[in-house]
Amino acid sequence: MNTAFTRATLAFSAAALALTGLAAPAFAQRDPAYEAARSSGKVGEKPDGYLGVVGGGDASVRKLVDDLNIKRRALYAQKAQAANATLEEYALTAGCLAISRTAPGEKYMTPQGAWETRTSAAPIRDSRCP
Amino acid sequence: MNARDLTNRARLSHKVGMKRVGTILMATLGCGLAGGCISVSAPDKPIVIELNINIKQEVVYRLAPGAQNTIEENSDIF
Repeated sequence: MNTAFTRATLAFSAAALALTGLAAPAFAQRDPAYEAARSSGKVGEKPDGYLGVVGGGDASVRKLVDDLNIKRRALYAQKAQAANATLEEYALTAGCLAISRTAPGEKYMTPQGAWETRTSAAPIRDSRCP
Repeated sequence: MNARDLTNRARLSHKVGMKRVGTILMATLGCGLAGGCISVSAPDKPIVIELNINIKQEVVYRLAPGAQNTIEENSDIF
């Protein structure tokens, strides 16, 4: 009886852990500082798949961008290897998609290297973008 | 196979080689005498074959579905 109860409790805990483990990444939200930097146009998406500092930017924004880009690079490297692609190819693909999902008012960089503010119209992207 | 065999073989291939050289020489001479040659000179600018763009676009299209998932699963850094 006691053993059965323990077993049931353990199974329930394991299931709960598995659920939270799976659900956690889907609910991962942007850091408020990052969200604010995006919406105020201090940070923008670049065609190469990384974030860029728009204008000079203060030290805290530069640090924020560097940290996120390091995380992105590590992720690209891992995923590129799994997909038999190069880091640059994967990053470029992610850049296409990241620019597409910018919200109106956010900044993105055109293939020519100019910062643009996203409107409701489609962004100007690399000709190779899907 | 001994050393003499090797030497003979070398001589044989040398002979064949000389015959070919003779043919090429004759062809060149004939060409020059007849005056019907088209001269081909190398371009001054290097020839750039832009395969890079096509290959990359294919790759981008192949990677896009996976990259979309990657972005959604890591929406905190995107």
